[in-house]
Amino acid sequence: MFVLACRRLVSMALIMAMVSFLLFLLFESDKLAVAGKVLGPYSSVEQREIWLEKNGYDRSFLTRYADWAGNAVKGDFGTSLQLRAPVADVLWPRLGNTAILAAVVFAAMIPLSLLLGVLAGLRESSLQDRVISVASVLTTSVPEFASATLLSAIFVFELGWLPGTSAMTGGFNFKELILPAAVLILFDFGYVTRMTRASMAEVMTSPYIRTAILKGLPYRRVIMRHALRNALIAPFTVIVLQMNWLLSGVIVVEVFFSYKGFGKLLLDASLFGDIFVIEACTLIAVFVAVFSQFISDIGYMLLNPKIRFG
Amino acid sequence: MSDPTPILECKGLSVSYFTRAGEIPAVKDFDLTVLQGEAVGIVGESGCGKSTVAFAIMRYLGANGAIVDGELRFRGRDMLSMTADDLRDIRGARIAMIYQEPASALNPSMRIAEQLMEVPIHRDGASRAEARALALDVLADVKLPDPDRIMDAYPHQISGGQQQRVLIAMALISKPDLLLLDEPTTALDVTIEAGIVQLVKELSARHGMAMIYISHNLGLILETCDRVAVMYSGEVVEIGRVADVFEHMRHPYTQGLFASIPLPSSDRHARPLRPIPGQLPLPHRRPKGCNFAPRCSFAVAGRCDQDAVPMRQINGDGHEVRCVRWDEIDFQAANANEGISHVSPGPVVLEVDRMRKYYEIKDNSFAALIRGGAARYVRANEDISFTAREAETVAIVGESGCGKSTFAKVLMGLEQATAGEVRLHGKDISRLPIGQRSPEAVGILQMVFQNPFDTLNPSWAVGAQIARVVRKLGGETDAGRIRSRVLELLSLVKLPADVAHRRPRQLSGGEKQRIGIARAFAGNPALVVADEPVSALDVSVQAAVIGLLGEIQAGQRTTLLFISHDLSVVRYLSDRVVVMYLGHVVEQGSTDQVFRPPYHPYTEALLSAVPIADRSVSKRQIVLGGELPSALDPPAGCPFQARCPRRIDGLCDRDMPPRRELGAGHKILCHLGDDVLMEMAPVFAGAAD
Repeated sequence: MFVLACRRLVSMALIMAMVSFLLFLLFESDKLAVAGKVLGPYSSVEQREIWLEKNGYDRSFLTRYADWAGNAVKGDFGTSLQLRAPVADVLWPRLGNTAILAAVVFAAMIPLSLLLGVLAGLRESSLQDRVISVASVLTTSVPEFASATLLSAIFVFELGWLPGTSAMTGGFNFKELILPAAVLILFDFGYVTRMTRASMAEVMTSPYIRTAILKGLPYRRVIMRHALRNALIAPFTVIVLQMNWLLSGVIVVEVFFSYKGFGKLLLDASLFGDIFVIEACTLIAVFVAVFSQFISDIGYMLLNPKIRFG
Repeated sequence: MSDPTPILECKGLSVSYFTRAGEIPAVKDFDLTVLQGEAVGIVGESGCGKSTVAFAIMRYLGANGAIVDGELRFRGRDMLSMTADDLRDIRGARIAMIYQEPASALNPSMRIAEQLMEVPIHRDGASRAEARALALDVLADVKLPDPDRIMDAYPHQISGGQQQRVLIAMALISKPDLLLLDEPTTALDVTIEAGIVQLVKELSARHGMAMIYISHNLGLILETCDRVAVMYSGEVVEIGRVADVFEHMRHPYTQGLFASIPLPSSDRHARPLRPIPGQLPLPHRRPKGCNFAPRCSFAVAGRCDQDAVPMRQINGDGHEVRCVRWDEIDFQAANANEGISHVSPGPVVLEVDRMRKYYEIKDNSFAALIRGGAARYVRANEDISFTAREAETVAIVGESGCGKSTFAKVLMGLEQATAGEVRLHGKDISRLPIGQRSPEAVGILQMVFQNPFDTLNPSWAVGAQIARVVRKLGGETDAGRIRSRVLELLSLVKLPADVAHRRPRQLSGGEKQRIGIARAFAGNPALVVADEPVSALDVSVQAAVIGLLGEIQAGQRTTLLFISHDLSVVRYLSDRVVVMYLGHVVEQGSTDQVFRPPYHPYTEALLSAVPIADRSVSKRQIVLGGELPSALDPPAGCPFQARCPRRIDGLCDRDMPPRRELGAGHKILCHLGDDVLMEMAPVFAGAAD
């Protein structure tokens, strides 16, 4: 178990090294293009070469990569071209904002979708199952920009209950979080619900549930003690992998509500050609993807005694 | 003990499942009365409704099943009008059940202790300490060694036999009045099965529980039950005391069942098997009148295919039969049967010479990493030597984990031997992977697989699947010749030509296995390995497939390696027998030599463990203790010494026994002295031997 976790960590580090190398290759192998991005499209070749020399670009590609990677590990991603400030100064607060949004989404969505999934899977093809299943397919099939428009129309323009933008100009305001979170929950809860439902339905038809019922145990005990634990093993992996989506899949929502998050930062940087910010954001996104995979693998092992004591 | 109210009464019980296709009657007009302390068997083939009866008694039929007619009373109380709460009081406490697949009947993510203790805690409000004491008590009751360790284990950490004992303990923990056993030993090895059966008998005698024992195995019913009900296609066709049903059976189906099962006490020449023709009708396509009539050789048009047949009394002891001609049929006259002709073996085809196969496993634990990467070995095959001749059937017998399947893999080229040689026609193939063998070499060495349900590609017509083999292995390219060869192979396995266009799902289990046989014989093989070819089939179908396999093999003079755990089938089909235990060949010789004393002590125990459905045969009881040791960590000395009832202390647990020749090719691996071996009594005694 311990060895396995260590192995996973090592392979995680290798993946990160690999991805960062590819990333660096993609963005910085053409030195003149880098200088062009920094100095602007109207800079002359001489100007670019002078800049390159000044910034240590005469060193070999590998040395530059090692230097860049070393700095990235320390949290120094260079300077943003657009904002004229260290990338780190912009990146962390933005990441923090997205984390707050993600946390709110998780806190509301996970209990909701687990509850609905379990209720649906408890009695397959009953009325409650059909209502929940249809609702979760419907909401999942509405894209975020559509539901964002719809919710804004209702809660901002018709009822006037909630603010229409979430730029947080006057400091942190929970009210401004509600709409972006609601859009994300609406889009994603159906997926997790369907997964939970499938897993619960399978467990409910398993022979050990039959054993538990025919032992004469109270129904509550059969569900709470025997069914839930086993039914939640499979959705756990899916839930952890939603972390990944909440980081980089939220661009539409952040832009729609002008929420100053990670997705918005990545979009702005891409439009501007702010390569150091793009590099930093990509590294972070890959790290979160790999790390959530790690968490889900380890968690799966802990939940499943067959693997834990194999 | 003398409570006059029966424990359980079923009257005219009918159970249906409701599907999109409409109502499917699974059980019709089921009558059964179980008295205090009585053991009643329900026997029948798959699909006859015997498990449905058990779940109907538990009132647990799932969302789409329902009892549509009849009465069900437990100790005189009407169970059909009970509320969910009343049922919960009865389930577990008064009626307990033991299931077919112990591994899946236990919750994989709860410790055994928790699963046992929750019964007294949540039903009877016991404290944790009381519950724990009670759980330890019942674990000792079912003779599990080291109950404390078992309590702390998760289900996957104990063996199948131990899991079944845990389930029995779970059923006993609240001292039920009635125990339902649904094929409790089908998933277990014979020596483990013998232990469980003995345990069940002891427990029911001690606690005075009534039992309903459901099985497809007539031998087990004979060993455990007082009365037996034979079911066919949703109905009881014959019921009565075991003595009456086993010796004076009146229903042609019961008669057919007995005639189609091989007995380990007699061979194919003394008692050829008679398969039941045809197959079980689907529940919604049952014929008018008697369900068995289309398959019955005594059926008379106009009488058997008219009205539903009622049960008729035969004698005052409750022997009843559902047959209109029960007092007219003369089974003796129909029983005359020609024996199977003997085929003399030819030159040696396969020589296995000191073959060894180890699997290396890497230990990934932290401790092993510190110790320095200790690679350990699974000693799947330790030292295998035997030969097989042309037209000969050699059986390889042993329980799961003995290494018989590993040997087959090496032979087929799916694995490479670690040491030794396997020579086919004098050429060593032990380290030649299947990918490097020529099409001819693959064609002369073919396999019939255990599970016909999974080994045919579901999306291809069976004719195309056979044709592919003809093309690949026979090197045939002409479409017309391929077609005629496919039809020839189909007729070889006695299937009509139009079967070629069907998909596997449109075939029955027996038909699928015939396709498997046709596929194996497509390349005119010299050697066919049949790995448990009939163990997934029902007995009446089994007989036909066994007969077919023997016939084709004799006709084509193919060598057949028959891998099986079923000694009855082995005795019926094979010329020579190789008995394996933990990677070693412990005994080999002709079928007669192996099935008659002197025995290797393991063979002796194996023979004794086989349930025999013949009241005229008596056998010596030898029940092995313990479990099969792990091939990762085999015991010192003789591989069998840890479980051997004849172990000589200080010798068997220290030295590997010598391979001894007892004459005429009969070899055993044992320390026992000649005097002991010569004095061994036969395991079976009785009319048939």
